[in-house]
Amino acid sequence: MEKLGKQTIKLSTPVTILETASIVGPKEAGGPMAPYFDTCLQDEFWGEKTWEKAESKIIKETVNTVIAKSGIAANDIDYCFAGDLLNQCISSSFGLRELNIPFFGVFGACSTFAESMCLGSIFVSSGAAKNVLCATSSHFCSAEKQFRFPLELGNQRPPSSQWTVTGSGATILSNSGDGPYITHITPGKIIDLGITDANNMGAAMAPAFVDTLITHFKDTGRKPSYYDVIISGDLGHIGKDIAIDLAMSKGYNIKSNYNDCGVLMFDKDTQDTHSGGSGCACLGSIFSGYFFKQLKEKKIKRILVIATGALMNSTSVQQGESIPGIAHALSIEI
Amino acid sequence: MEEIKTDKQYSDYVDKKTPNSPILKNCFNAFWVGGLICSIGQIIFDFCEFKGLDETTCSTIVSITLIAISAILTGLNIFNKIGKFAGAGSLVPITGFANSIVAPAIEYKSEGYIMGVGAKMFTVAGPVLVFGISSAVIVGLISRLFMG
Repeated sequence: MEKLGKQTIKLSTPVTILETASIVGPKEAGGPMAPYFDTCLQDEFWGEKTWEKAESKIIKETVNTVIAKSGIAANDIDYCFAGDLLNQCISSSFGLRELNIPFFGVFGACSTFAESMCLGSIFVSSGAAKNVLCATSSHFCSAEKQFRFPLELGNQRPPSSQWTVTGSGATILSNSGDGPYITHITPGKIIDLGITDANNMGAAMAPAFVDTLITHFKDTGRKPSYYDVIISGDLGHIGKDIAIDLAMSKGYNIKSNYNDCGVLMFDKDTQDTHSGGSGCACLGSIFSGYFFKQLKEKKIKRILVIATGALMNSTSVQQGESIPGIAHALSIEI
Repeated sequence: MEEIKTDKQYSDYVDKKTPNSPILKNCFNAFWVGGLICSIGQIIFDFCEFKGLDETTCSTIVSITLIAISAILTGLNIFNKIGKFAGAGSLVPITGFANSIVAPAIEYKSEGYIMGVGAKMFTVAGPVLVFGISSAVIVGLISRLFMG
């Protein structure tokens, strides 16, 4: 491993993304990405009594699916990195408590999937592990309950609000295999430009995305055109526009090859999701479901995955604190 | 676009980029749905009066009926759709108050009847009760002291 520039790590031993899996809820199943997921649920409870139990079951079953698809035994997975949005990451720890794999709970808000993969790829590349499991989940109902209002409350959402994705994404990173490879990671800094509106997460996170993006280009000497696709986690429609503007103002044009998973997840016109999807599972499930398959089929050769997170909780918002953003980047190539 | 250097510049830029809620449409829907709910209340009132009940009893029956209807609609997952459409139109009448108590009661049932339903039932309506009752007390005191 070698450090490039200020923040980037070049993984000299290639880390293969061996397999991925994704499960999503019923609303996501009605969106344009539906054909690419492993399982689409009929209802948000999935036979459980609470939203929280349902979310734990979703991450548990996604992990079981990725292990089954990869063809390697659960015993051969050395470490597991996982996290979610519920207080103290209970979806991950409850969902994975029967897994019997050494577990690191990771919190990076909606950037958790990329954060897990950054840490996991360092474990694999350094030789500390042969196989590492990374997983994340989010659930619209449990997130609304924790961060906003009860679901049955008759209130209106502003146009800038986003819709937390119900679902989970999981992946196995390995030191053997023939790609797609994680070649570089750029862990991001906490960036806060003073946005206090919890209904405008895209605007709060966009500066962090742009900071990590540009740092990645400076550190690696690459240009935006090096990548076939650049994706962000959950900036949504408004955040995506802001990100393009901010990058452009600093001299980087990403207009032609950049998209956001929050934009891709839902059909804005028919699904009433306002600024788009959000949540850990937004990038987690779309990367696992769609982009990994595109890489496998060699339709995409180089992708820069930047997951974004808003590092706030409901108390900090009530106290009027601004919302710090974070973004972690993974360069994946075949 | 110019490069953004300060938080203030970013905040101004974000305000410009973020679309506003459709205020005219929201006001119109709030107006007619709110009016409809109040008209339903008036119909119930007139019916009770027609049946020979006195005014206080009629008012009480109107409140009870509207609360019951909106509580049932909340339980059936219908009220949130009305609320999304009508906004303040369904929120301001007593229907919104009933909804704001029933909704958390349903949501927090999974945490038990004491710490869930009991403790969380007034998380939304609580401020309305606290400040509603407080201002009623203040107005009552002023009225008693200065107006006899």
